[in-house]
This record gives sequence, C-alpha cells and structure tokens, in this order.
Amino acid sequence: MKLFRIRGGVHPPERKDATKDKTVVAVPVSGTLYLPLQQHIGAPARPVVKAGDHVLKGQVIAEAAGPVSAPIHASTSGTVEAVDLYPVPHPSGLKGMAVALVPDGKDEWAEAMPPLSLDAAPEEIAKRVGQAGIVGLGGATFPSAVKLNLRERYTLKTLVMNGAECEPFLTCDDRLMREYTDDLLLGVALMARALGVERTLIAVEANKPEATAAMTAAAANYPEISVATVPTRYPMGSEKHLVHTLTGLETPARALTADIGVVVHNIATAYAVYEAAILGRPLVSRILTVSGGAVAQPMNLKVALGTPIADLIAFCGGLTEEPQELLSGGPMMGQPLRSIEIPTVKGMNGVLALVPADTRRGPAHACLRCGTCVSACPCGLLPFEIAAHIRNGNFEAAVDAGLMDCIGCGSCAFACPSRIPLVQNFHHAKGHLAAQQRAQQRNEEAKRLVQQKAARQEKLAAERKAAAEAKKAAAAKARAAAAAKAEAEKGTE
Amino acid sequence: MSEARPFVAGPFAHAGRSTPMIMTWVMIALTPATVFGLGLYGWPAIFLFVVTVASAVLAEIGCLKLAGKSMVTLQDGSAVLSGWILALTLPPWAPWWIGAVGAALAIVIGKHVFGGLGQNLFNPAMVARVALLISFPLEMTRYVAPRPLFGGDAAGWKEALAVSFGLGGHVNLDAVSSASLLGHAKTELARGVPLHEALSSGFDLSSLVFGTTTGSMGETSALLLIAGGLALIALRIISWHIPVALILGIVLPGALFHAIDPDRYLSPLIHAFAASTLFGAFFIATDLVTSPVTRTGQMIYGAGCGLLIFIIRTWGGYPEGMAFAVLLMNAGTPLIDRWVRPRIYGRDRKGRPLRVKPKEAK
Repeated sequence: MKLFRIRGGVHPPERKDATKDKTVVAVPVSGTLYLPLQQHIGAPARPVVKAGDHVLKGQVIAEAAGPVSAPIHASTSGTVEAVDLYPVPHPSGLKGMAVALVPDGKDEWAEAMPPLSLDAAPEEIAKRVGQAGIVGLGGATFPSAVKLNLRERYTLKTLVMNGAECEPFLTCDDRLMREYTDDLLLGVALMARALGVERTLIAVEANKPEATAAMTAAAANYPEISVATVPTRYPMGSEKHLVHTLTGLETPARALTADIGVVVHNIATAYAVYEAAILGRPLVSRILTVSGGAVAQPMNLKVALGTPIADLIAFCGGLTEEPQELLSGGPMMGQPLRSIEIPTVKGMNGVLALVPADTRRGPAHACLRCGTCVSACPCGLLPFEIAAHIRNGNFEAAVDAGLMDCIGCGSCAFACPSRIPLVQNFHHAKGHLAAQQRAQQRNEEAKRLVQQKAARQEKLAAERKAAAEAKKAAAAKARAAAAAKAEAEKGTE
Repeated sequence: MSEARPFVAGPFAHAGRSTPMIMTWVMIALTPATVFGLGLYGWPAIFLFVVTVASAVLAEIGCLKLAGKSMVTLQDGSAVLSGWILALTLPPWAPWWIGAVGAALAIVIGKHVFGGLGQNLFNPAMVARVALLISFPLEMTRYVAPRPLFGGDAAGWKEALAVSFGLGGHVNLDAVSSASLLGHAKTELARGVPLHEALSSGFDLSSLVFGTTTGSMGETSALLLIAGGLALIALRIISWHIPVALILGIVLPGALFHAIDPDRYLSPLIHAFAASTLFGAFFIATDLVTSPVTRTGQMIYGAGCGLLIFIIRTWGGYPEGMAFAVLLMNAGTPLIDRWVRPRIYGRDRKGRPLRVKPKEAK
C-alpha cells in the first residue's frame, strides 16, 4: 500500500520489550471500586444510584447527561457505598465525583443486552455503543457513539482503526490485536457498518509485526478491511497525521478528519464495541499496560474500571523504588497521577511508574535557537518562538504563531537539547486563553443581561407612562364629557 | 529553572541531548585541527590559544556576576567554545593581548550585551574578529610561515615568550612574517601581476589540503576541518545545509569567473580550500544561535555567506571575508526566519485553513 510522508516527528526509545510478549492477565476485583462520573469528554454522567443500593455488574449507575456524554456501569456486583468526592485522574490533583462500589465478591452480571446481528441497522449499532458507555479508549475518551453517527452529517469513505500505538512502553493494543484478533475484527466490521464506509484500514506501526500478521490473516475474511503497516515514528497515532500517512489527505486546520471523508477510531474501542454488540455487555473493564523502570513486574492487565492504581501496581509485584513520575498513559502525552488511590478509568491505556533513567530529566538551559524543535514539529510550527512569546506574556502573538494548531504531542520538548518545557508553556498559555475567553463570555453575558434589564425597565416605564397618559386622557375626556353633559343639562333647564 | 514546580505536562521522556553535550561535541570535532594548528606554529600559538580561551571564561564569569545570573550557566560550555573559535581565526603569532581583548569583546559585546547565550544577534567570535581587524590591522594581518613545534626552526621558549608576551627582548616579526595565499594573490593582482605569474612561486593545492601553509591558527588544514565537520554532521549536531550551501556559494561564482578570466580570478579550488572557507563553513556559519532555524532558511543563509565571501575576496579591500560575510548574514537571519517558515499543518502558506476539496470521484 502506498503511504505518504509527514513532516517532523521523533523516534523515542520504544521500551516496549518489557511487556510486549506478556499475555493479558485479568486482575480479580477485591477492594472498593471508585467510578468517576467524568470518564469522557463532555458532560459528567448523572448518578442514578444512591448509597446502600445493590447493583449487578453491567447495571447503569450513572446515565449520560446530554448528547455528548456517556453512561457509567457497575464494573462488578456489590453495594454502593457513597456518591461523593474521591481522587480522580486530573493534573490538578483535585478530587472529583465518583461512585464508590463495595464488591460482593460474586461478580454477578446483570441481564445482558440482546446481541446484535452483523447486519443490524447503523443507527442501532451506534445506539448500542452509546448505551454501553463506550468512549475512545486510546485516551481521547470522546463518546464513540457520537463519532459513529457522523455519517448523518458527512460523506464518509474510510474508517481508520488506529493501532499505531506510537507511545513508548504501551503494548496493550499490540496484545489486544494478537490475542483477541477475531473478536476485534467483528467489532471493526460493526463500526464500519455503523459509519457506512466503503473501506477500513487498520494501521499498525512497523514495530508490531506479530500483531500485523495476526490481523492480516484474520482480515482475509473481510474484503473491505485491510491492514496497513505504518512507519514507527512518533506521533504516528495522531489522528490527522495517521490519516495523512494512509491517504495523502491533509485535514484542514480547525476541521475534522470527517471533513475529508475519514473517521478514526482506536483499535481498543473496537473490542468494546464487540463486547457491547455481540455479547451484550457494556464497557466495564479495559486492557492496559503497567510498566516503567520502577515496576517490579511490568504486565498487560485486564482491569475492572474503578480499580485503584495501587491495586494494579501491587498485582505487578509492587514498586522497586520511588518513581520520579507516576503517569496515566504514555510518557509522551500521558498525564501525571498525583496519587496511587486514583482509580482506573475508561481512557487509561497505561500506568507508568518512571525512574530518572526513563524520563532523562535534566536542567534547563537557554534556548539556542538551534531549530531542533522546528524539525521535530509535525505541525510545521516554530515551537521555540511560540514559547518565547508566552514567556513574554504575549499570548496574542503566540496564537498568531500557531499555538492553537499545536496538537501537544511533545515532539519538540522531547528533542530540545536545552530541555525547555515547551509543552508546559503551551498548556499554560492555552489555559490562560481559555480562562480569558470564559471571563469575556461572562462579561458579555452580564452586559447582555444588564442591557436586557435596562430595556425591560425602559419598556415598563414607557408602558407606565403610556398608561398614565391614557388614564389622564381618559379622565380628561370623561371630565370634558361630564362638563359637556352638565352644559347640556344646564342648557335644557 | 522551573524544577521546584511539579511538571504537569509531558513529555516525560527525552532524546538525551543537552546543550553542554552539543558544545562538547563541537570542541571534540575541533580538536584535530586545533592540535595540528598549535603544532604547526609552536609555542606562541599555544600561548595565544590558552590566553584567549581563559579570557573568554573570565569574561563570562564577570558578566554572569554583574548580571546576577547563576554560575550554572558556565556549564553550558559556550564561553569556552567562543574563545576557542576566535583563537583559531587569529594570526598564530599575534601578541597575547589580541586574544585577551578579542575574547572580552566576543563575550561582553558579542553576547552578554544582548542578554546572554541564545539572545545574541551576531556570532560573538566574528564580532570580536572584525573589531580586532579594524582596530589592530597590523597585528591582525601579520602571518608567519609554519614553524612546527618539534621542527628545526621551531620557536624556542624564550623566543615564544618574547613573541607572545614581549618578555625578555624583542623579536622582529617582520623578518619571519609571510603572506597567506589569498593575501599574496590580492597584493599581486593590485600591482597588475596576472595570477599565473603571481601563483607560480611555490603555492600548491596539497599544502592547502594538508594545511602546511601560512594562515590563521586553526584554519589551515582542510582535511582535518572536513573530518571534524563531517563528524558533526554524522552526529546530527549540525546539518549539512549551511556548509554545503556556503561552499557552493563560493565555488560556483568562483568557477564562473575563473572560467571567464583565469588571470584575474582565483581558481574555485583555491576558494574552497584556502583560508577560512572550510573552518567557517563547518564551525562558524553553523553557529546555532545566529543562523536560521529552518532548513530552507539555512540554505539561503549559507549561500549568502558564500557569495559575500567570494565578493569580498574578489573585489573587496580585504583578502578574506568570512567574518564580514557571517556578520552580514547574521543581520539577515531574523528576516530569513520571518520569511522562510514551514507551512502550518492544515493551513496554506498564508495561514488560512486549507479548503475542504469537494470529494473527487475515486
């Protein structure tokens, strides 16, 4: 298959050897599970259980709140302890609303949803995916049903299944493709049907030959599905860059890949779709990689959602040393976890406990304008220049220089010899700008309300005045009439 | 810098390169040519080299102290490298104060006045070289023929101390001075002597390639400079764009004019191998701070440097033009970086979002 070159990118050390040949192991549920209400992009789910309720595995405990939202299901059977603030994955380290579920040890499933047939209507498949609470499992956590309904608004030709897994350390998608191949392809076929696309490409980076071989063999049964080997180059898994590599089509700025007829889903999402459609089971567990220099026995695990990370690390033999960083996701774009009490959530594809040899953190030096970041940027930006604008507090100039076109992949900061925390600068600026925008919106809203009130009062005053005048006029008229009457009466006397 | 604060954003991985490492690699790549140059010109050159590098470090320390900056900055190695590069461009038997004044100019005026490493618009070593050349034309144009360290006519300790520091007597340098190839050609051309006569007396290409010729301290050995430069390219410390564009910028017009009138215009081979062409191409023009950041920009910059060198050598008042050419192109770097930018992904060259093409059939 012909591939297209993209600019920039880096080649971080892969570090996948620790887990790539380790079979996925299921972690048994033991202690209390904490299921955050916000495990997806969009509105937090609305809880429908209260403390003391007994729930079965797969039962809805929080429902989708709005069109872009996703329900949450009990990931084992047990009793709801509370719906309260608990540690959740957020860079701030602040707590968030979650359902605490004490397992009853039976792991008893609720009644499964009826299986869908492979020729189910597209709407039906998308609806099922929505009911099952499936979100993008590559880490983006966008509700998948919304993306499967894109056919209503766009002319779609191609579905790209993202199995690039370009982040170092992570091997869960690799294992999924090798161990759950046939089920995965059923899920892919259902997603393709939901989208109504002509062809499906499963993209796998060249460093996963076993996965490619397994998927290629299994895909032989599906004429419209093919497997493409893409170069091992970070950030190959970036949606727009992956589509470009495969199709040569460049997604315009501020547009979706759907605008050029392509939809991208993560490969792990397809397995969840298979479970939901064929087995009738909602998303209550996921496969993730636990790795990093501080983990005694790195593994690929199948984990019930809500399981605290501490339990996963304990399952992997514990930590051999105090990690320098504890991350959710890969080292390039992952989020720091502020505590090991944080539970496993839908978007968590890895838990990494990194040591200094992994992070290679070093002291920052002055920018040399060496241009390494420029060569590394897959988006054609000048990262050092944007960062300089931000350091000067000139956010407007940073936006003009393309801040909003940055995908946050971290290639620039990875390559920077002066170790300038470029991505941190960008996040800071984006946060500042978002706050500014919110403040502006608030101001405008307040202004609008004040104006409305003034207009209302003016109208009221005018009405009152008009009424008073009318009354006066009426009174005058009445007086005049009375006077005329009196006059007339006088005249008749 | 921001180490006390927790990192909230990745990446939590790094390629492993660091600024001090880059500077160290450049120094390692310079070492063969430097050792050769020091050996070729003996103790006076060694004294000058040591004084220049030490002065650069002292000037750096002074500036950091004055600015209240952390001495950690010293670790980046940039001061040593600036002094080192300046020393290699000096006449090898220049007195010690040329090196000391030059190093101070490079670090104070060339770098810290602009705000320190990364902020300077002009290549510090070249700022110093040009200032020295204009201020002290005699000392800066008095070259000596090679007198290798362990050769028969090597300068002894006493003589070297006299040459470098004026200690224990006076050495009449005019007696030992010698013209560089480009200097000689320029003088002869000015007298109306055609080149085939001017160059008939003993200049050959192999001495330029191996470096056994009159010239600046570290600029003579084409072979060792090329080896060092290629090593830097192989290690990806520098990219090939500036050196290749610079050499082509000299050689192409050189070849053209030489073909038109070989008696008035030097051979492109001499342009390529003589004087500072190779040193400049690999080690001066490639200075990260003062060269453009994009590959295309680097090609324009390199070619501009090359062309200016050719013009200065051919029609200018000086036999050599590396320092002037680099400074002029340094001044153009912000402009080049403004005009030559990569296209932002998903946008056209003007920064507007690409238009969604109407779906073409098939």
